Amino acid sequence: MKPMTMTQKILAAHAGLPYVEAGQLIEAELDLALANDITAPVAIKELQKIDGRVKHKDKVALVMDHFTPNKDIKSACQVKCTREFARQEEIEHFFDVGNMGIEHALLPEQGLVGAGDCVIGADSHTCTYGALGAFSTGVGSTDLAAAMATGKAWFKVPAAIRFELNGALPHYVTGKDLILHIIGLIGVDGALYKSMEFTGDGVKSLSIDDRFTVCNMAIEAGAKNGIFPVDETALAYMKNRFHREIKIYEPDPDAEYERTVTIDLSKLKPTVAFPHLPENTRTEWEEIAIQQVVIGSCTNGRISDLRQAAEILKSKKVKDGVRCIVIPATQEVYLQALKEGLLEIFIRAGAIVSTPTCGPCLGGHMGILADGERCVSTTNRNFLGRMGHITSEIYLASPYTAAASAVTGKLTTAEVLQ
Amino acid sequence: MNVKGKAHIFGDNVDTDVIIPARYLNTSDEKELAAHCMEDADASFVKSVEKGDIIVAKDNFGCGSSREHAPIAIRACGVSLVIANTFARIFYRNAINIGLPILECPEAVAGIRAGDVVSCDLSEGTITNETTGKTYRAQPFPPFIQAIISAGGLMNSLKK
Ligand code: SF4
Repeated sequence: MKPMTMTQKILAAHAGLPYVEAGQLIEAELDLALANDITAPVAIKELQKIDGRVKHKDKVALVMDHFTPNKDIKSACQVKCTREFARQEEIEHFFDVGNMGIEHALLPEQGLVGAGDCVIGADSHTCTYGALGAFSTGVGSTDLAAAMATGKAWFKVPAAIRFELNGALPHYVTGKDLILHIIGLIGVDGALYKSMEFTGDGVKSLSIDDRFTVCNMAIEAGAKNGIFPVDETALAYMKNRFHREIKIYEPDPDAEYERTVTIDLSKLKPTVAFPHLPENTRTEWEEIAIQQVVIGSCTNGRISDLRQAAEILKSKKVKDGVRCIVIPATQEVYLQALKEGLLEIFIRAGAIVSTPTCGPCLGGHMGILADGERCVSTTNRNFLGRMGHITSEIYLASPYTAAASAVTGKLTTAEVLQ
Repeated sequence: MNVKGKAHIFGDNVDTDVIIPARYLNTSDEKELAAHCMEDADASFVKSVEKGDIIVAKDNFGCGSSREHAPIAIRACGVSLVIANTFARIFYRNAINIGLPILECPEAVAGIRAGDVVSCDLSEGTITNETTGKTYRAQPFPPFIQAIISAGGLMNSLKK
């Protein structure tokens, strides 16, 4: 039998095949299919076109996170349509205001995805769950509609690039800096159609939240998925959350990779992606004055991200003229931050704390940029016009860098500030 | 299936946020989406695009979000084909699944200028620049994908 990568093994198992190889077209059984308040309405329309019904009511998750709490009448109507559909089809995992969070932080937290799973989501950042050793990838609404009807999806088996991580990250350098560094290295289409498989003894030094951040942005290198090995850190996270059987797949020792990129974590620096592409990464810059900071999103809205931001903002003030918006990714993160006193640190510093929502990340609401404004953001995309006016600019950074920039009013790393 | 129209040229990494900005995603109405197609890349595009026209772009077309609204908007504003060097993978799937023809053909991309009249035989993958008289050959789809397209998209292929 031919050797396989970790991703290929998961796909083979879900396609009921002894082995698969890169380029092969397969149909795989899904453990979960996800849609949000933007993509679900389109999927529902498609499903209704063929008078389809949801096949597995426990394997669909609908999360109302992008324009919720609803920002206008149109988005309210979209959520209403999805809510009614969820009720009618008796969807078990429907998340609305009150229990919702940003989908890619919420699903792992709620134990709906875990090691060995095969998951699709009508949202490009569905690749996040690779942090737990799952194969997960973003698709469109029609794929999602087909998945709801059949419980399956078609895939082209991807080739893979291996990222061999060594050493450990220095203080103030995070998973966000690592993934930005990688995207800067290989480009926004550097892993187009491929898997990014992370390995090496440096993996153990990365927290689970770091790994979520890294896998979250695999799509920003064009990848189909990003995936980490399942080690004690991943198992510890899934314990008491994930109640299905944990299936651990390891790549064959002689699995084929298109190339191997070796990264010494200890050499990395705080990294920022300049407008208007995530590959425009820099570690040095001249003075860049900013007007807004966003700390949140499916990339960096988890508890460790808020802890890092709070570490910087403690007993400091957000610079006059800067709007600092903190968005815990889920209700659980919100509550934890409340218990730990982080919310008080943010509010005393002059930041605001919002209910979980995607909000400004996609230019939805809760912090849209005016013409010419600059924002340091812990989100994942700095495309032209992504967060507002097409002359506005987004600088993608870690929570440390974002918080430090809020204090100085210009793009600043935490190291410089301390 | 044959298509023909004039070419509109775009560069590298045309992302889904410029194809259809998120501020318009509070609807899935095709006409409304079409009215804002490519707005942040070229605000004059929707005014000049005519039925049958062809989009020609460089690398990684459609990168970014999984919004199917992007290929839907392109199709709804009359575009009959997108030719690019490469497509981002979710966009690629979405276009196939909704029945928007797309072809990867760097030679054609290099040989087509804005306003050239281009025709294409989709089943053969042959692209002809009628303005210059040059013909290019793109890789036709694998049979599995052709089956989805000939059924008129993924949902129709399930119906049968
Ligand atoms: S936080 Fe941003 S990137 Fe993440 S799911 Fe929401 S809109 Fe998409």
